[in-house]
Amino acid sequence: MTPIISPGSSSNIDSQKRGIVIAMVKILDVVIAGLLMGGIYALIAVGLSLQYGVARVLNIAHGEFIMLGAFITWWLYTHGINPLFSLAFSGPIIFIIGALLYRTLFTRLRTSAASPAAYEGTSMLACFALLFIIQNVAILIWGADIKGYSYLAFPVDFWGAKFAANRLVTLGFAIMLGLVFYLFLARARLGKAIRAAAQDPATAGLMGVNINQVLALCFGLGALMAGLGGSLISMSYKIQPTMGLEYTIIALIVIVLGGLGSIPGSFIGGFLLGLVGSIVTSIEPGLSLVAYYFIFMLMLLVKPTGILGK
Amino acid sequence: MRRAISNRAFILGFVVVLFILLASLPLLASQYAVILLTSVFMYIIITVSWTMFSGPTGYISLAPAAFFGVGVYTSALLGLSLPLPAVIGIGGLGSFCLALLVGALTLRLKGIYFVMFTFGLVELLLHFIIWWEVNITGTTGRMVPTVSNTTVYYLMLTVFTVLMFTTYFIRRSKYGLALQSIGEEEEAAAHTGINVTALKIITFAVSAFFMGAAGAIMATRWTYIDPRIAFNPLLSFMPVLMAIFGGMGQLYGPIIGAAIFTYLEEFLITRFPYHYMLIFGIIMVLAIVYLPDGVVGLLQKLWKRIPGRKHADT
Repeated sequence: MTPIISPGSSSNIDSQKRGIVIAMVKILDVVIAGLLMGGIYALIAVGLSLQYGVARVLNIAHGEFIMLGAFITWWLYTHGINPLFSLAFSGPIIFIIGALLYRTLFTRLRTSAASPAAYEGTSMLACFALLFIIQNVAILIWGADIKGYSYLAFPVDFWGAKFAANRLVTLGFAIMLGLVFYLFLARARLGKAIRAAAQDPATAGLMGVNINQVLALCFGLGALMAGLGGSLISMSYKIQPTMGLEYTIIALIVIVLGGLGSIPGSFIGGFLLGLVGSIVTSIEPGLSLVAYYFIFMLMLLVKPTGILGK
Repeated sequence: MRRAISNRAFILGFVVVLFILLASLPLLASQYAVILLTSVFMYIIITVSWTMFSGPTGYISLAPAAFFGVGVYTSALLGLSLPLPAVIGIGGLGSFCLALLVGALTLRLKGIYFVMFTFGLVELLLHFIIWWEVNITGTTGRMVPTVSNTTVYYLMLTVFTVLMFTTYFIRRSKYGLALQSIGEEEEAAAHTGINVTALKIITFAVSAFFMGAAGAIMATRWTYIDPRIAFNPLLSFMPVLMAIFGGMGQLYGPIIGAAIFTYLEEFLITRFPYHYMLIFGIIMVLAIVYLPDGVVGLLQKLWKRIPGRKHADT
């Protein structure tokens, strides 16, 4: 990105000015790219945060639900259905899968576990097994190849920095979904029940909250967020059945950054990680994942409860 | 009392006979059996050494793949210039030192944070080494000097034997008791005068030593390695599953779990090459749901159900 000096221009100041402008565009480029990425990170992290924060399941298979959402959207697109419209299908389907899994598998593990800590261990391992199952079912249905489609791929100009329109739509939806969900938790009666269950499941049960149902709902909603995130991801990125783990890890990093169980925390963490990723990528592309882990481990050492954690 | 002694003599005799059988196996059995048993021993070593630390303390470590990978890379880097036993020792020591560092940093993290950190460690090393290999050394994979299958088998058997002695003595000593009490109630353990932190770190590092040694040996059989083979996250989860599947209450539980799971994996790969991961996943879920105390726990339960055996000495 060195400033271009045309042979005719004799003025040194003029080229300096142009250099500054190019540097500004470059910075804008990096910042916007970071925010666009951060929106997706935040959305998928909100789902994982809910699953761990309330249902106490460290869902290693979170990325598989993202992958499912992405593939459902891609599959519907090949059948002529608009990707944004397909959000209305992928979300509910994955919600049902998630809630059913919780009602059958995880409820059983929870009631038979000796202690909450033992349940966290076994449920995490069960998720690891689910990762295998979901991933391989997807390979059987759709094959192991990389898939992709082009939707709203025309560029949008931000004072010189150009971005594909689909990524802006993705960011808009991510923020909207996060906001809707936050309001649901803060205002709705069911949201109150969820927050009560997060604080103290036993007491919430005594107060008339149907705890099994609320936990299943939380796990289902977490899966729903992942699925919607996946649908949005499929609009701007290539997808494949093995893509899940990378997103799971990113979501894990984000919730540790923001604080386990905090939705505003997930958004702060998501945008922060998106920015870090974008800055590191602009300097040394191969090191962005390394930078993520580095921040993650640093955060765990300095303040494991996260930015917004108590 | 008399019975207990004869029981012990019986077990000792059994172990000696088993060891002689295993040691003479390459002379008797086919090459395939030797190769299969090498894999079985690799998983047993990782699982038993994982259980050495995580079993009594309850800290679920997802770092085995990191320690294993350090061993694999030691073998790839030093395999040509040093004799194999030295390479294995250095691989183990490398993992030992990494575990000391990681342990000193993280063992004050509780519960799920420790799990996340150890999981992140594997991925950090994986991606850093990928970056390093691509940008600094300009390679993606490395060749490892090979040795015969029989040699690999004997090396694995040696490490396994050393590991079993170490585990046995830790369990029997006051250190084993101290570890157990850390798992029960860490604060109470500290108040009884146990140096909780030091003990946790040392045990974590000793368990890492064996994983590194297993990695260094296994690399010679793979001949070609790259970061994704060496730091495969699967190797972090497998020991946890195998230990739970076998049952962590007894010394032989993780051995049984690892042996059954490795054989199962091998069987499924050859029989159902396209569906084996799916079937494997389903079996994992079933094992987690229906065998919370593992195979050993199940056997003990069945044993107790036999009439007149209500107060059996297990």
